[in-house]
Amino acid sequence: MTEPLLRIEDLAVTFSTRRGPVEAVKGIDLDLPAGRMLGIVGESGSGKSVTAFAVTRLLDAAGRISRGRVLFRGEDISRASSKTLRAIHGAAISMIFQNPRAALNPIRTVGLQLADALRAHRPLSDKAAREKALELLKTVLIREPEKRLDAYPHELSGGMCQRVMIAMAIACEPALLIADEPTTGLDVTTQKTVMDLIARITAERQMAVILITHDLGLAAQYCQDVVVMEQGRIVERAAPEALFRRPQHPYTRRLVAASPTPTSKVEDLVADPEYHVPLPPEPLREKPAAGTPPLLEVVNLVKRYNHGITAVGGVSFSIGAGESVGLVGESGSGKSTISRMICRLIDQTEGEINFEGQSISGIPADGFHRSPYRRQIQIVFQDPHDSLNPRFSAFDAIAHPLKRLDRLSNTALKERVLDCAAKVGLPANLLDRFPHQLSGGQKARVGIARAISVRPRLLVLDEPTAALDVSVQAVTLQLLERLRREDNLSFLFVSHDLNVVRMMCERTIVLQNGCVVEQGESRRLFDAPESEYTRTLLAAVPHFEGAA
Amino acid sequence: MSSATLKHAAFVLRGNPLTAIAAFATALLVVLAIIGPAIVPYDPTASDVAHALEAPTAAHWFGTDQLGRDVFSRVIVAARLDLAIAASAVVLSFALGAVIGSICGYTGGRVDRAVGRFVDVLMAFPLFVLAMAMVAALGNRVENIVIATALINLPFYIRFARAEVNVRRNAGWVEAARACGDSHLSVVLRFLLPNILPAMAVQISLNLGWAILNAAGLSFIGLGVKPPTPEWGIMVAEGARFISTGKWWLVAFPGLALMFCVLCFNLLGDGLRDILDPRMRT
Amino acid sequence: MSQFASTARRAGRRFVSSLPALLGVLVFTFLLMRVLPGDPAVFFASGPTAGKEEIETIRKQMGLDKPMPEQLARYMLDVAQGNLGNSLTTGQPVSKDLRERLPASLELTFAALLIALLSAVPLGIAAALKPNSLVDHGVRLLCALGVCVPTFVSGLLLIYVFYYLLGYAPDPTGRIDIFTSQPPRMTGFLLIDFLLAGDLSGWWAAASQLVLPAFTMALFVVAPLARITRAAMLSSLGSDFVRTARSIGLPRWRIVVVYALRNAILPVLTITGIVFSTMLGANVLVEKVFSWPGVASYALDALLASDYAPVQGFVLLMAFIFVIVNLVIDVLYGIADPRISIE
Repeated sequence: MTEPLLRIEDLAVTFSTRRGPVEAVKGIDLDLPAGRMLGIVGESGSGKSVTAFAVTRLLDAAGRISRGRVLFRGEDISRASSKTLRAIHGAAISMIFQNPRAALNPIRTVGLQLADALRAHRPLSDKAAREKALELLKTVLIREPEKRLDAYPHELSGGMCQRVMIAMAIACEPALLIADEPTTGLDVTTQKTVMDLIARITAERQMAVILITHDLGLAAQYCQDVVVMEQGRIVERAAPEALFRRPQHPYTRRLVAASPTPTSKVEDLVADPEYHVPLPPEPLREKPAAGTPPLLEVVNLVKRYNHGITAVGGVSFSIGAGESVGLVGESGSGKSTISRMICRLIDQTEGEINFEGQSISGIPADGFHRSPYRRQIQIVFQDPHDSLNPRFSAFDAIAHPLKRLDRLSNTALKERVLDCAAKVGLPANLLDRFPHQLSGGQKARVGIARAISVRPRLLVLDEPTAALDVSVQAVTLQLLERLRREDNLSFLFVSHDLNVVRMMCERTIVLQNGCVVEQGESRRLFDAPESEYTRTLLAAVPHFEGAA
Repeated sequence: MSSATLKHAAFVLRGNPLTAIAAFATALLVVLAIIGPAIVPYDPTASDVAHALEAPTAAHWFGTDQLGRDVFSRVIVAARLDLAIAASAVVLSFALGAVIGSICGYTGGRVDRAVGRFVDVLMAFPLFVLAMAMVAALGNRVENIVIATALINLPFYIRFARAEVNVRRNAGWVEAARACGDSHLSVVLRFLLPNILPAMAVQISLNLGWAILNAAGLSFIGLGVKPPTPEWGIMVAEGARFISTGKWWLVAFPGLALMFCVLCFNLLGDGLRDILDPRMRT
Repeated sequence: MSQFASTARRAGRRFVSSLPALLGVLVFTFLLMRVLPGDPAVFFASGPTAGKEEIETIRKQMGLDKPMPEQLARYMLDVAQGNLGNSLTTGQPVSKDLRERLPASLELTFAALLIALLSAVPLGIAAALKPNSLVDHGVRLLCALGVCVPTFVSGLLLIYVFYYLLGYAPDPTGRIDIFTSQPPRMTGFLLIDFLLAGDLSGWWAAASQLVLPAFTMALFVVAPLARITRAAMLSSLGSDFVRTARSIGLPRWRIVVVYALRNAILPVLTITGIVFSTMLGANVLVEKVFSWPGVASYALDALLASDYAPVQGFVLLMAFIFVIVNLVIDVLYGIADPRISIE
């Protein structure tokens, strides 16, 4: 066997922090042959990005390689001089990053930045560099490349910025491309085009790729090998198929089970018997008597903003008691605006919202806190950290709606808070803690406990797990499902993750540009989508053929 | 909460002794301002022409001025007036600015933009000139120095509160408070204001120094406080006449007192920022 | 081309939005004249010796018997025509006095700004390039101390050291010493006029007279400028796009200059505008310390002599300069930052 392009031997990275040194990568070994695509998968804090930055020696000042070697074409670059590194960066190894818009210089045109990349390693005249830059833009399939040469990053979309970034990375034909979460934060369809582009270009040029991602499905779809990292260590390395079919390490098994696929069920998300709590059975729902209004009915809802932008353009749907309805769409589809109008946090421009047959759209959002319906409709927000007042302890946060809406105090209040905490599985000893002292999963539980504390009938879940790691997401989704079944709650489940919605919701509504494209039974909609857009969305979801 | 804050404060102070020193020095200043007149060795306004313009000696630590008054006693006694002017001005502008700024920042919209632009414009205006003209118009009195100083500080507080509220306005916990049954007003007063207070406290501390310099500057040019009242700005102004003949102590000591005050407040402000930043708390 | 147009639009918008402030200052100075004790007619009379009839005539002329709004309108008309009344102390029209003295103030302010920028920006950059180094700690200490020193104290101490103790500096009063003759007035800026006249010894005399006050004022603003430069450089050096620049193998100087510095210039530019107007204010103090014959000391003398026409003229002049400075900063900002055009 020939020498691999990149060999990592016992690599350890240490960060100096206020509380002393912290080892983020604890000795990993890795081989990457030329021309292969390797996925490094892990949750936050696993050290996957740190590994990438250590290999390229782009760690920030606080971090340093404390042990081990990084052999690139047989030469150790873990201690190379900055001069050697400069010759390697871009020409032999290059990188693309998360958040492409921030990765580009905001006050320099795309063309000039591409020219910078080219001229860092080869002498080119202005004109030649510009021509070459144009060629690169064509390679990454940017429309109207001549025009884009003189554009600034803020004039391009996120996906386009990432393509420019790819063009810069391949400008000097490196042998290795390291992509650090290249599609995180991009819409699923954009993610697909960017990933397809990376796969095609690197295959054409026989470049090796390291794809760093939190998304097991994405890695499985595009990589020949997948490495799973946990807390600074590699726990397993395998081909994607083997990884999905026969995960060896317990952590991998957990991760595979927790990653939603088109066939996963909420019950199976948490494979680990240690965490597994059996869900109550789906309650039997009697068919409502004819003429009974649904729990929530939305008729022709419209939201226009002052500057003439229509965020929501006439949306109608209904949610029955105990039913879970999914609202999916890409960014800008209006799904968050709809959820806020239903929660009466903002006013609609036109349309009707009826709750149990009573119109609540007539009550202005500014005064809705006085309405008796306030307690019936509660919301769980996207980012569990952002949704908790930094100056409220977990107890205060859960107690807040009880004090306001139920006028509880003292013992009664305390009992109810403890009740709610127990219900969401939050240990009572954590109730004194402030948000910054809680983990992401615990904060999510606090947010959910706060929302259910006043026993609402309808819970709006606005991307409740988007900011969580997949294993935490699994536990949280099970919790939500259990609460729904126990209390016969109704869900409006807003998400961009189709696999999650398919699993959690009986019915699904697909939104595009503020309008409903398609709605119906989830099973039918996902298996036989009627609209072109739903098909595109579904096709863009990372999927691994071998899985299932 | 408070014990955690104290613990964190102790942690920060250990790591940053400068803040501890600044806090101690500030406390000392306040004590001096209160008990100063009772402990000084000489009457700050009693002249003694026989010992006029003497350099610092064991009897007169900071020397004497052109009327033979003891500079040390005058510097100490002046602390009360200087600190009082600055503190009342800052409290005035903070109270007004925090409320106006928070409401603007939370409401957003056209009024907010107009206020924002007006404040930006005002901030770029030579504010000392504005203060000067204001004192001239309102009358050459100490109260008017306070009002003028408060007014030229106001835009900073409005802008600061507005910016701080603006970044939190769309935070999940603000919307959550609305969903929990709070009105807009209650959200501003009970949620947003407490959350921006720590940041405002830092601002106040940094601003106090600036207010002292402004007030002293006004009295240096002869506005507000009148001689023979001991006040640092006036003392420097009076000493200025003798600097070309080498009588440095008349300027240096009140000047140092001013610098010391401002330095304390600034260091304290920087230290406060570390203490109150909950992200650094364990 | 479109960038130029958008910059012009932005500058125009900014000009329009500063109009209310300008108007406010105008009303303010008008009220200043009304609120103040004494009879405004006196200020516009030829001098303190003006007789009762003369004042009465002036009162009629000025329309002081007319209702307030009309008076305000007339006042604005006067100001628009450059008629700012007469100074009691000099007996001259205020506008003429201000015209004569403005170059002295501007020369001082520009010299100080130049000194401040030339020292603060390199210091800030040096500190940011090596955070937590000796240079960085030095600069931070300098910043911490710099903001604490009141200009009027630092000016006097500089006089003590460089004039009294060392004897390097000339007598700290005025723009040139009494032995040097004034150059023929062309621009009013002595340094330029002496150069135009080819009088090098005169130029030297004026320059050495300027050094102390200019440094005094510069000292005052070096701290905020260095602080913001350091902070801006640190944040742009730590930004994602600088990491990108490193990842494509750009040489270090190119990363620092083209990627980090050009982005860091933007906040520095904003602060420079604010610093400039702070300096206009600080002029009052520095001119008093150094007996500098500028507009600020003129206004101050008048203010202390209860001669209010020069004060209001001075405030209006400052407001006007401030609008112009803001426009210049806006145009520069528009050139430096292409994102502006989107807003």
